[in-house]
Amino acid sequence: MSGSVLYDVPGPRARARNRLYGALATVALVALIGFVLYRLDDTGQFQAGLWDDYEYAETQQRIVDGLLTTLKVFAIAAALSLALGALLATARLSDHKPVRWAATVVVEFFRAMPLLIMIFLLYAAVFTADPMWALVIGLVLYNGSVQAEIFRSGINAVPKGQSEAAYAIGLRKTQVMASVLVPQAVRSMLPSIISQLVVTLKDTSLGFIILYEELLFVGRAFAQQTPPVNGVYAFIPMVIVFGSIYILLCLALSSLATWVERRTQRSRKGAPPAMPADDPALTGDGVHG
Amino acid sequence: MNVLSDNFAMFREGFVGTVELTALSALLALVLGTLVAAFRVSPVPALRIFGTAWVTLLRNTPLVLLFLAVTLGLPALGLKGWDSFWLAVMALGCYTSAFICEAIRSGINTVPVGQAEAARSIGMTFSQTLGQIVLPQAARTAIPPIGSLLIALAKNTAIASGFNVTELGSVQKTLNAASGYNIYVIFLWIAICYIIITFTISGIFRLLENRLAVAR
Repeated sequence: MSGSVLYDVPGPRARARNRLYGALATVALVALIGFVLYRLDDTGQFQAGLWDDYEYAETQQRIVDGLLTTLKVFAIAAALSLALGALLATARLSDHKPVRWAATVVVEFFRAMPLLIMIFLLYAAVFTADPMWALVIGLVLYNGSVQAEIFRSGINAVPKGQSEAAYAIGLRKTQVMASVLVPQAVRSMLPSIISQLVVTLKDTSLGFIILYEELLFVGRAFAQQTPPVNGVYAFIPMVIVFGSIYILLCLALSSLATWVERRTQRSRKGAPPAMPADDPALTGDGVHG
Repeated sequence: MNVLSDNFAMFREGFVGTVELTALSALLALVLGTLVAAFRVSPVPALRIFGTAWVTLLRNTPLVLLFLAVTLGLPALGLKGWDSFWLAVMALGCYTSAFICEAIRSGINTVPVGQAEAARSIGMTFSQTLGQIVLPQAARTAIPPIGSLLIALAKNTAIASGFNVTELGSVQKTLNAASGYNIYVIFLWIAICYIIITFTISGIFRLLENRLAVAR
């Protein structure tokens, strides 16, 4: 049901009323934004001294370094979590009961634990000297488990006739998986996989809490170093600058997911595979640690 | 010796902190999420644009960044008296509201078109159609995804430990730093606390789902 079903086609009076509401809403929003800007200006957040630093090449270099660190963590975590996800999904679809059972326990456990609690554990017990690996392994364990569920439900969503036909012409299970089920499943799961990668990218910022030098941490270190101008510290300019970088990165990746989704929908022949609507792993939002 | 019995008061405080944080931000997220979902389907374009911007922006913001923005930004906007707990509620509630809004909106999309058409044909306005006819039916399909969103919210409260809020994450951090305890045992107890909370949430939602279910 689209939104327009909820109300009649507006007549002259309804149009006037909607215009009035629209104008009121716009005024309220503009007033709110204006108030925020006024307060920020009033508390001295826009003083030139707080923003000068961003013009220096050295500063920009540090931001780029922080960005590269974040992207490095993201790349390692994404690659390893996809690998772990594939492994766990294979194990959950195995014909051997003990393997299936063990994989289910692993997946359910890591999905149920808050990611930050895992990272605290890894940082305190295993990677005491190396926050990067505590962050990466934590991300891999959590996102790998979620990806495993996405892969598994993607493969289960391929119509049963496909695997039956493949078995009927004498293919072995590995062949059925590799040449029949996976190629069809990848199409329908790609948007969910990318959405989960967006979650991985967002969660790299948890490194900030265990003091790993990723983008957000660079930002804070930076704000702490900048000498206060008239008693105002450079924290809010930092949030504005570094926040925009993060949001743009995540938006770029999410719009890739939307684009892929639209593309696969257009090229798909016949009905799309039915997806269980209540499975959070498939609703396209990703699951957050 | 035993981490739990030695630090029972601390664990209790952390547990209560996490439960309170989860409950209050869930409340805020549900109210805001429903409101923004109503904005997103409303006949007023300005409200629709606001709703879309709210959802797009918050869904693509890392929660840690939102925490930073709220804890640093709101005091600068004049809310000086707020302690870190309420700031954490604000950050978690706003973040989760964007996801709740989308869950409710997809719930609205599953309500058969005839329902809204019938409501309009007997002369109901937009707010009557939405509030009395469509939303109550949308709730039925929106409840399972909202349940998993609230479980995600309960897990996300751990991030507040980085911002001076007493909850289970900060208990773990403090005990990890205090020497003499096995770090895995601390983790085990913290994990059990979280599992109690998430199981309770999923139990409540299973109950709700059963009560709202109708035979079609």
